Amino acid sequence: MIRVALPQHLQTLARVGAEVEVDVAGAVTQRAVLDALESRYPVLRGTIRDQATFKRRAFVRFYACEEDLSHDPPDTPLPEAVVHGSEPFLIIGALAGG
Amino acid sequence: MSSVRVLVGTRKGGFVLTSDGKRERWNVSGPHFGGWEIYHMKGSPADPNRIYASQSSGWFGQVIQRSSDGGATWQPVGNQFTYDGVPGTHQWYDGTPHPWEFKRVWHLEPSLTEPDVVYAGVEDAALFRSADGGQSWQEMPGLRGHGTGSKWSPGAGGLCLHTILLDPTNAQRMFIAISAAGAFRTDDGGQSWTPINKGLHSQYIPDPNAEVGHCVHRIGMHRSRPNVLFMQKHWDVLRSDNGGDLWTEVSGNLPTDFGFVLDVHAHEPETIYVIPIKSDSEHYPPEGKLRVYRSRTGGNEWEPLGTGLPQENCYVNILRDAMSVDALDPCGVYFGTTGGQVYGSANAGDSWNAIVRDLPPVLSVEVQTLP
Repeated sequence: MIRVALPQHLQTLARVGAEVEVDVAGAVTQRAVLDALESRYPVLRGTIRDQATFKRRAFVRFYACEEDLSHDPPDTPLPEAVVHGSEPFLIIGALAGG
Repeated sequence: MSSVRVLVGTRKGGFVLTSDGKRERWNVSGPHFGGWEIYHMKGSPADPNRIYASQSSGWFGQVIQRSSDGGATWQPVGNQFTYDGVPGTHQWYDGTPHPWEFKRVWHLEPSLTEPDVVYAGVEDAALFRSADGGQSWQEMPGLRGHGTGSKWSPGAGGLCLHTILLDPTNAQRMFIAISAAGAFRTDDGGQSWTPINKGLHSQYIPDPNAEVGHCVHRIGMHRSRPNVLFMQKHWDVLRSDNGGDLWTEVSGNLPTDFGFVLDVHAHEPETIYVIPIKSDSEHYPPEGKLRVYRSRTGGNEWEPLGTGLPQENCYVNILRDAMSVDALDPCGVYFGTTGGQVYGSANAGDSWNAIVRDLPPVLSVEVQTLP
């Protein structure tokens, strides 16, 4: 199971807590995790990445293991600690305005 | 006894204000969707408990919410707004071509007869329709594709389709307005569209009498006379007595003919309301006095209505979707300000009270009159 931490507004929208778990078959990448997340919580479609282009929304960031993975290509494997569930994949609303 | 429900969209959430027919005591519910911009909420005339809300955020994009119980609970529905075909370009602020990009839903207009049918006016300007209660959305491409789309350019607030008027006597006819493109009409259910901007005169565009390019802020109609339209433009208040084929200025004795909102009395088709705003760029009431202006003659002759409204040191704005009327007798009139007040009048504007103060800046006000 992959642990995914969500920002507060997406927790409210999906009616879940701070962290959810998703099952990813095959290589664990940003794209695979987001596919699994959106499949389980369809209401999140379009809130993290564009529904047509799958491009990350400008003020959303992806962190894990104290690294900013936001600019990594979406098919880059995620860190082993995320794959094994010892660390969450963090979806963050960027600091931008009030 | 009848009751009233006022749906208020703000920069940081939605609020539902309810009162009985006396409109003296109000219950305030909210914020719904706290922290999100609620550009617009509107109920279905065919099923008043069906309400649609446009929820958006600079971080997380667009969400559409739907309520089936009058706003007590909400369900997120579809939020995919994909332009039909190859979107093409419109003009950017500097006059260069700019690709169409979806940003947000400004206005939701439920069908007059079918609760599951709803129209969405979006930025960058386009018209979408859902026939399944907001689960899925399809662009009505005839509007952007009718020929002038490449000449449309954004106003300061963006290239937004902000007004949708449905003709209650003719299901094939509707009117929309775009900043800064102008007003448009369809007579075939949205298949084809015609710019209806003759008579508009806008000094801020190269050809002041151009077919498109006018910054229309709002249009309104009385449901008993859908061929008569009223308009608040960036400058000028106008009317048309032929479904928009030709407009005539009726600014008359207004202290300034700039403003955003406009609405029509529920029972008197020639009684209209505007709120004059000082411009360029100040965008607050003249002299710091908040006054609604009412014309009982369909324009030209206006009277200020300030009883109960702040008459000194008031520097708020009233945005284009932030005025509405109820259908009670006497007619109730409501508007919300960027200072977070929602004012209501239970006597057609003769006097006003703040229903609620200190909300986030108000983006929209819609009223439902309930049996």
